[in-house]
Amino acid sequence: MTGDPGGGSAPFIRLEGIVKRFGAIEALRGVSLAIPPATTLALLGHNGAGKSTLMNILAGTLRPDRGAILIAGEDHAAHWQARRAYGLGIRCVFQELSLCPNLDAVENTRILHREISGRGWRRRTEALLEETLGRIFGGAKLDLRHPVGGLSLAARQMIEIARAFLPIPAPPRLVILDEPTSSLGAQAAEALLRFLPEAHRDGTAVIFISHRLREVLTHCRRVVGMRDGEITAERDAAELTPEGLVELMGSARAAATSDEARAKERDRVRVSLRLPSLPGGPSALIAREAEIVGLAGLDGHGQRASLLRLFAAAQGARMPDVRLDGRVAYVSGDRPREGVFPLWTVGHNLTVGLIRRIQRWGWLSAAQEREIAEDWRGRLQVRAPSIATPILALSGGNQQKVLIARALAAEPDILLLDDPMRGVDIGTKRELFAVLRDEAARGRTILLYTTETEELVHCDRTYVFFEGRLADEIPRAAFNEERLLRASFAHAA
Amino acid sequence: MPPERAEAPHAPLIRLARRPWFYAATGAVLVWLLVVASAEGRGAWATLGTALGFGTFYVITGLGQMLVIAAGPGNIDLSIPSMMTLAGYLGMGLMGGENGRLALGFLLAFGLGLAGGAANLLLIRLFAIPPMIATLAAGLVMQSVTIAYSRGSTAKPPPLLLDAALAHLGPLPLIALGALLLSAVMALLMSRSVFGRTLLALGQNARAAYLAGLRTGPAHAAAYLLSGVFAALAGFWLAAYSGGASLNMAEDFLLMSIAVVVLGGSRVSGGAVSVGGLWGASLLLYLIVTLLNVWTVSAGLRYVLTGLIILLVLGLSGER
Repeated sequence: MTGDPGGGSAPFIRLEGIVKRFGAIEALRGVSLAIPPATTLALLGHNGAGKSTLMNILAGTLRPDRGAILIAGEDHAAHWQARRAYGLGIRCVFQELSLCPNLDAVENTRILHREISGRGWRRRTEALLEETLGRIFGGAKLDLRHPVGGLSLAARQMIEIARAFLPIPAPPRLVILDEPTSSLGAQAAEALLRFLPEAHRDGTAVIFISHRLREVLTHCRRVVGMRDGEITAERDAAELTPEGLVELMGSARAAATSDEARAKERDRVRVSLRLPSLPGGPSALIAREAEIVGLAGLDGHGQRASLLRLFAAAQGARMPDVRLDGRVAYVSGDRPREGVFPLWTVGHNLTVGLIRRIQRWGWLSAAQEREIAEDWRGRLQVRAPSIATPILALSGGNQQKVLIARALAAEPDILLLDDPMRGVDIGTKRELFAVLRDEAARGRTILLYTTETEELVHCDRTYVFFEGRLADEIPRAAFNEERLLRASFAHAA
Repeated sequence: MPPERAEAPHAPLIRLARRPWFYAATGAVLVWLLVVASAEGRGAWATLGTALGFGTFYVITGLGQMLVIAAGPGNIDLSIPSMMTLAGYLGMGLMGGENGRLALGFLLAFGLGLAGGAANLLLIRLFAIPPMIATLAAGLVMQSVTIAYSRGSTAKPPPLLLDAALAHLGPLPLIALGALLLSAVMALLMSRSVFGRTLLALGQNARAAYLAGLRTGPAHAAAYLLSGVFAALAGFWLAAYSGGASLNMAEDFLLMSIAVVVLGGSRVSGGAVSVGGLWGASLLLYLIVTLLNVWTVSAGLRYVLTGLIILLVLGLSGER
């Protein structure tokens, strides 16, 4: 098809009709992709497009529900697993670092490459690792005998990348790099990108996931766009401009549903958080009374950190860049880790957010607690037999209702929502957004961080984050997916 | 539906068996019956009285340990026995056997308890030392102070204190009544106060407790301070109860303060407590020793059997 430096040879690996479901969610709906040998292929897509699922399948950490994984004509799908993928020369550098923090670089290498053994394996591995690090990153000096937990993020990322490219037992056939440049410094990132052609000479193909469009255009040969679990386009990079890349990831959709009767302009500023901005982006995140403000962009680009800063400031931490006017409540979508008290009933889980407000001399009235819990169970229609039901007996969506009720019952002026609809079914989601709009209309300020683009239509304004900075501020009337995507990939309109 | 109706009478019993304190309490009653049977019915009430007397000290120290353990994984107070001995010695020493200085000695014990708890907190919070090591280290310091102080000092309680420690109200020891009152207050505190709710929330999910806006720091601190105070007061009364402080008077309490909490149905990883279970477990452990004494089992075998019984009860109550 295309003239690869690999010499027009057959693809190293071919995926055909890959389907992967997680419960009711279809993460991949029939993805077919051929990965040519010895080239760099870029994979682009917004949150939830299915990139990570696809890469996990390639690496063998997930097995597809349907579809074929063809290598040299043989279908491996039925027995696909990480060890087999490794044996076939597939290496993966994931975004969330996978090194063991208590082990040093040499030991971490031994964990991945079980072939390393025999006397003097430490010395030999260290030498090999040093050589590979030198080839990729030039003269970077790293302490390979120090537990990696004590090294900088960039150093850990470098070790992880070198570990993947290590020629044990032979140079790898395919290396997957998931956002490798975001935690490397500028210099190291540049070095890595310049190294890619050299890796191709050893016959190594690379899949490169990045949100920095310029990197993609200059260093990748083919570009694959994903959206909603499907591949939407596949092009030669040479044919593309940054605008073209944005279009690859999704078609421009009509503007969100027009505003309801929220004409009554209120302008009391409740929240102000100064943030660095990209050229053309706003310099501070502002939220006013009776407003729902969206925080968008790719996951992990500073939205959650900003919400946590605001919450910490409300708890009394000194934050010179934060101004808050009013009481604050926080709801996380990570229920097991950040929300639910697993041993308690629905009632106790609900009232725990306001016990400091309803106490008398440090004591709580059982009758008052029951009244409040019953009231909110009714208002949010929590589907539980009674408030005495253990919280873990409820479905995820109903648990989330309890957590939102917990926050609202505390009567906050400002409500911080951290991806609150994670794993919540559509019906419940609709109910909860109706409640949130209602609460905003009553004067509450709501900050909503979400990874789901559709949820942003509920926001009066949306701030788009990129690498901890503000890339754009989109009013509801001007909201469309294309503008969001441009800003998410730091390509301000 | 007939089948369900047939099961209905059992339901309360099943619910009872699911209570965390059920197994310890049942065990205590069974062992007591065995003791009574072994002695052919003689001294049944006297045995119970003595068990209540000694068990009281397990309960008081257990209450403190329970609060600390409730604060979540990793939290434990290993300075309890050293705290008890220190407060017992210094308290008795300050009073010098004089009734007039009783209040002074009591206040000293109380203050020592607060200071000990504060020392534990300082190591844990300021120096970020794991509680297990921090409290063990603090305990070692307390022990050294006690040993240094104990040379050539009297450790006898004033007569008035001795009388009070041994006094009975009807069949019940006065100190047991005091501990009962304290337990009732603590049970109420855990279920119906902001402090209790905060501590239990912290023990279940520290991150969620912070994000729910709870002030977990003060609750965590209060748990350690109260544990210090309860240990100091238990040591003060134990010194009086046993007629004087001695260096090894509290050596049992390292294990026992933890065992009564766990056997009593509180959750080892924190977040759930049972004050009632503390009483059941304390009586059970004391009565087991009594029973084995009645059967004239040797000391070594007694320890082995005690350990096995603890394991048995833990296994029966399950799911921890």
